[in-house]
Amino acid sequence: MKRKIRIGKALLYVVLIIYAIITLIPFLWALSSSFKTLEEIVSGTMSIVPKQFTLDNYKQIFVEQELFPRWLLNSVIIAAAVTVLNLLFNSMAGYALARLQFPGRKPLFLIILAVLMIPAQVTMIPNYLILKQLGWLNSYQGMIVPTMINATFIFMMRQFFINFPKELEEAAELDGLGRLGIFFRIVLPLARPALAAQAIFVFMSSWNDFMRPLIILSDPQLFTLPLGLNSFKGQYISYWNYIMAASMVFTLPVLIIYAFFNRYFIKGISFTGGK
Amino acid sequence: MKQTLTKKMWRETGSAYLFLSPALFVLLLFIIGPIVFAVFLAFHKVQLLGATSFEFVGFDNFTRIANDTRAKIALWNTLKYVVIVVPCQTILALVLAATLNAGLKGERFFRIVYFLPTLTSSAVLTLIFMWMYNQNGLINHVLEAVGLPTYNWLGDPDVALNAIMIMNIWSTAPYFMVIYLAALQDIPDSLYEAAELDGANAWQKFWHVTVPYLRPVTSFVVIMGLIGTFQLFDQSYIFSAGSGGPNNSTLTVVLLIYQYAFKTLGTMGYAAALAFALAIIILIATLLQRKLSKEESLY
Repeated sequence: MKRKIRIGKALLYVVLIIYAIITLIPFLWALSSSFKTLEEIVSGTMSIVPKQFTLDNYKQIFVEQELFPRWLLNSVIIAAAVTVLNLLFNSMAGYALARLQFPGRKPLFLIILAVLMIPAQVTMIPNYLILKQLGWLNSYQGMIVPTMINATFIFMMRQFFINFPKELEEAAELDGLGRLGIFFRIVLPLARPALAAQAIFVFMSSWNDFMRPLIILSDPQLFTLPLGLNSFKGQYISYWNYIMAASMVFTLPVLIIYAFFNRYFIKGISFTGGK
Repeated sequence: MKQTLTKKMWRETGSAYLFLSPALFVLLLFIIGPIVFAVFLAFHKVQLLGATSFEFVGFDNFTRIANDTRAKIALWNTLKYVVIVVPCQTILALVLAATLNAGLKGERFFRIVYFLPTLTSSAVLTLIFMWMYNQNGLINHVLEAVGLPTYNWLGDPDVALNAIMIMNIWSTAPYFMVIYLAALQDIPDSLYEAAELDGANAWQKFWHVTVPYLRPVTSFVVIMGLIGTFQLFDQSYIFSAGSGGPNNSTLTVVLLIYQYAFKTLGTMGYAAALAFALAIIILIATLLQRKLSKEESLY
């Protein structure tokens, strides 16, 4: 009996390890390719350790390819702005829907729930025309303003604030704080775990978004990384060493954020199931 | 007394709308407004040259779908993709979660490793896989080494969509795995103990306790999977450099919508009609799934 259990466990480990290898290989392969010379890549050797380790690919994308740092900067600016604004505005909206009594509260909440169900493709074309009318195509605000709230997270924040102890707020009110004071000085700081989960998701979806920038941005100066990377591929069609180096630079920030916020991340998924 | 009460009510309403104003602004201008606008577009022919002009065409855009060969190909590709990818990624996610939950050492490590693909952007993943899929690439080398046939993954119309399927099952399953993991931790031990008393082995416990208990979560995972897979775009766009090739084999409904909206002139209204058709298909698929599983969804 004992032996049977041990064999069972060993089998589970084998499954886990094999799947870990399946998961890691593409990343290791890309990473190692980013340190290989073009000759080694073209020769088609399959060694995961570069024969001739080189940093030239990274030098190439940062120094020779002037636009690459610009794309990185665009991505950082847009993703950071979208994240900060989402945290603020989704929380404010969620708080109002959870805590304040006002006419229109129920219908508004239902509308926000309904909006969750609409696939992005329906609003994509009209959005383009509206941004064109506003003169916001090819601009930071065109990328930021339409995504600065998110119905999923308004919903999540509402759920969070509904379960939030009321007593603290009442005490603050007796101390003479107004609504804004209560919200910014008492409620928001205590909502940190929910905010952290939200921040990661919003940052990631903005950082990784491909379709929206593809539609809104046509000036290469304003490209974000995913778009830049795609145009890079067109330009350096067989320079996979550069493409892989650029891919690695693109992935690093998300990995760092994940390493720091891993805990909240898992929590956030079970919270929302959001994309 | 009444005076102060209404005053308080007014103040509360005022601060509520102040708090909601950014959300309402975006909601009206970039979500609800566009939905109404999309209905309008679907019944018009849109010209974008210089000033935008609209010409009412009634149901023409919708009837056109029925005669559009590429729309049929795109729909067929998308359906094939959904029907294969959703069950595969759901089963893989469940198996991985159950294995991880078996109380082995190193669970945290494996979970972190498995999760990497979900963190990585679709653009990067697609490029990495294109690099591995190329004719002289890693995947063909591995296949050759173990004596399996090799493929022209990117160029052969018969396998290009499969290449995207494999990649996406691999990258999406871990995400659903995390959802399953959270749910697995809620299963009361007493259920397993009862099954053990009845003489159930590990497999029977999984099949008769775990799987039924997880049914509501599975329903959620399948619905999210359906919504996601029907909207396949990034991967096929990057794979085919926007064309949907080779020979339309990676053309999806969303890629076709994109092409009609932004790459050909005068078909924006038709693209809007296609987008509505897609929304309706997703809605029907979701409702069907709910009906079949007879479960209330998690939201």
